[in-house]
Amino acid sequence: MKTSQDEMARSSPDGRPWSEQPRWRQDFPVDFEQDEYVSRRDFTAFMVLVSGAFAVGQAWIVAQNYVRRRRGKPEIREIASLGALAVGSSLTFHYPTEREQCVLVRLGPDQLVAFDQACTHLSCPVIPRVAERRFECPCHHGSFDLESGQPTAGPPRRPLTRIQLAVTGDKVFATGYA
Amino acid sequence: MSRTRFASSQRTTIVTAILCIVITIVVLQLWLLTATMDAFLRGDEAVVVPAALASLFCLALNVGLLLNLRRLDG
Repeated sequence: MKTSQDEMARSSPDGRPWSEQPRWRQDFPVDFEQDEYVSRRDFTAFMVLVSGAFAVGQAWIVAQNYVRRRRGKPEIREIASLGALAVGSSLTFHYPTEREQCVLVRLGPDQLVAFDQACTHLSCPVIPRVAERRFECPCHHGSFDLESGQPTAGPPRRPLTRIQLAVTGDKVFATGYA
Repeated sequence: MSRTRFASSQRTTIVTAILCIVITIVVLQLWLLTATMDAFLRGDEAVVVPAALASLFCLALNVGLLLNLRRLDG
């Protein structure tokens, strides 16, 4: 203990012995610079910890991938009737669960497309602009092609998730992901 | 067989070199994680497991380097 006190006294600005140091220095003997000092060895250990966190992140993706595979193909569900959907109009529906909102657009008498409504940038719901042949994301002005769902402008880089459709008579069914 | 002892300046060089290698591997892991997440969200499942194995390998390398660093001091 004495040695460390002597060291502290030596490192004090005035160089006086420990017993003559003011009370505040005795209460807070470690200088700010010393307290904040990070050695290369400690920093290396921290970087290895970060490396472990990244490996855990990769494991989490593997787990999510496993869950997605186990879920299997979504069920076939009736989503609309053709008679209620005029050419150039759209409607929203939930598929495959109530949490996932999708949008169905009738482009022509026999042409229907459906996509997950979540923008592939930050999941804001996209809005169909049929006259402009595109989906617009109002959050960051992203744009997707109305027919293919491919990104055409703005920050999104991945296409919208396409929903497979089947038409039987007057009924439109969602049958899974394309 | 006695262990090789290094001079202080040599140790500093070795520690700096290990730190540089560890940082490089961590940057590689960061790139791997973002690329894998992008592929996963795009629906590409083929890269998920190989990327995770590569990341684990990187972690093992980093842990090995850290243990070497500890041995250097001890």
